[in-house]
Amino acid sequence: MAGEHLHALDGYRARTSPVHHLDARVKLVLALLFILSAVLTPTGAWPAYILLTALVWSAIILSQVGMGFVQRRTAVVMPFALAAVTVIFTTPGRPVLTVWKFDITDHGLLRLISILLKSWLSIQAAVLLTACTPFPALLQAMSALRIPRVLVVILGFTYRYIFVIGDEALRLIRGRAARSGDLNGKGGGTLLWRARVTGNMAGSLFLRSIERSERVYAAMLARGYDGQIRTLNHPTVRPSELVLMLAGSLLLVLIQLLARLRW
Amino acid sequence: MLFSGLPSSSEPLHIPDGFLNWWVSLICWVLAIVGVGIAIRRSGKTLGERQVPLMGVLAAFIFAAQMLNFTIAGGTSGHFLGAALAAILLGPWAGILTMTTVVAIQALLFQDGGLVVMGANVLNMGVVATLVAYGVYRGVLELLGGKKWGLPAGGFVAAWVSVVTSAVACAVELAFSGTSPLTVALPAMAGIHALIGIGEGLITVGALLFVAAVRRDLLEVTGPAAGGMRWAIVGLAIALGLTLLAPLASPHPDGLERVAEDHGFIETAQGAPYEIIPDYVFPGIPNEALATIVAGLVGTLIVAGVAFTVALARRKAAS
Repeated sequence: MAGEHLHALDGYRARTSPVHHLDARVKLVLALLFILSAVLTPTGAWPAYILLTALVWSAIILSQVGMGFVQRRTAVVMPFALAAVTVIFTTPGRPVLTVWKFDITDHGLLRLISILLKSWLSIQAAVLLTACTPFPALLQAMSALRIPRVLVVILGFTYRYIFVIGDEALRLIRGRAARSGDLNGKGGGTLLWRARVTGNMAGSLFLRSIERSERVYAAMLARGYDGQIRTLNHPTVRPSELVLMLAGSLLLVLIQLLARLRW
Repeated sequence: MLFSGLPSSSEPLHIPDGFLNWWVSLICWVLAIVGVGIAIRRSGKTLGERQVPLMGVLAAFIFAAQMLNFTIAGGTSGHFLGAALAAILLGPWAGILTMTTVVAIQALLFQDGGLVVMGANVLNMGVVATLVAYGVYRGVLELLGGKKWGLPAGGFVAAWVSVVTSAVACAVELAFSGTSPLTVALPAMAGIHALIGIGEGLITVGALLFVAAVRRDLLEVTGPAAGGMRWAIVGLAIALGLTLLAPLASPHPDGLERVAEDHGFIETAQGAPYEIIPDYVFPGIPNEALATIVAGLVGTLIVAGVAFTVALARRKAAS
């Protein structure tokens, strides 16, 4: 862990692909509509799921961020898949398989697969959005979509400082490892002592953070900050991008219609 | 994973997209927007133009503090959410904003929690956890009447209750969505988080004691001045509201979405007779037993709440 820095965790991957060049507002809208569409697709509407997969995979391939990279980052959903697993027993339907006293029903199985598919599709879209949009551009897109200005600005500050404060936390962890003989997790002291040490670390991190925020504020004041954050104007969305956004939205609506009319 | 200290993911509280249906997501968004809207207004009033740098850096702090962990036993380790710490150190409104920012960053940057369901995650970990934590903390302080150990006791209980409450909120949302029946989701989520909550409580107390020893002035920003009682009631009301919601979720294990879906189900014709089976329970005895335990636990909490409300009212009347 020595020498680790947190910025390695940022999911952005710099490439020069058409997806990277696309206006962040268009990307954000399309990603949100895509996820909404995945969530709204009824259980068992397989053709719709296949079409949605084709859509997001084309975008992934076009973006050159790498299919493997995207799939690795979708792993975060795993603990939650466990939470949904019980629907295979509790959804009423025809029993197809009996595991120890419990019947797995056909409808239950369909429902579980659908939930997992929806989730998997959504996460791929979100990973792709993060991977090919620099976070500041995403923030600009958010404020263009009328998310409260103050929230967007706070988010921007957080993004700027998570890596700074995160590195500070890593240094604290390294310090603790050095001092308490942290061999294979058998660090000294009782459980209570360990918890207290960690608590003290959190307290000390809090003080360092609040003092940093005071310095940041003072520096902002010195540069003429008056409570307003000013940014350069956004470039207008190009007509071709607007067409793409409308076409994409239309496609998603069509997939929804197909899913609902036919199944 | 890049390194072991990667925050969250092991906390089954960040709901990914696809696990909540549209109307549960929508209701959560509405509630979250109301909560965050009030928080923006109130904290803007007290903090003014300091709001942006302070909230921004402190959200980064909560995010980083989630990386601090300690070995409990074997391979498991305790680390924390931070809602209670944020609420106690910053006050409820700034606490809500800080936690909301953390949840948003986790979803946008690390896909920890979904985008369309972000309303639910903000509601659970930002609004509910923070308000409940602050309410409980102020309640305990009032009850102990300025005793020395009020800070650690209040901090511990607030942290524990806030973690369990957001887990219960999460379970209720999953149940309403038909993703996981309440008889399974509630005991599982509440049970796991009753344990996680202990770690949360210990770390929170450690942090509070450290801050109290080094910079006591920071604790007095939100100090024991006005409205302690009111906050205790707010916290209790949220906890009560959730408890009342829970039974509502159980008769609809499939959620309303099911009604809409019935038209489109692959085997509609033969499926129809099975569609409406009222009141079935997950046929696992251990789960039912656990469910009862949790119900008892929640009940105890409510009784304790009522008792201490009455005690407070009497003390007020006496003075």
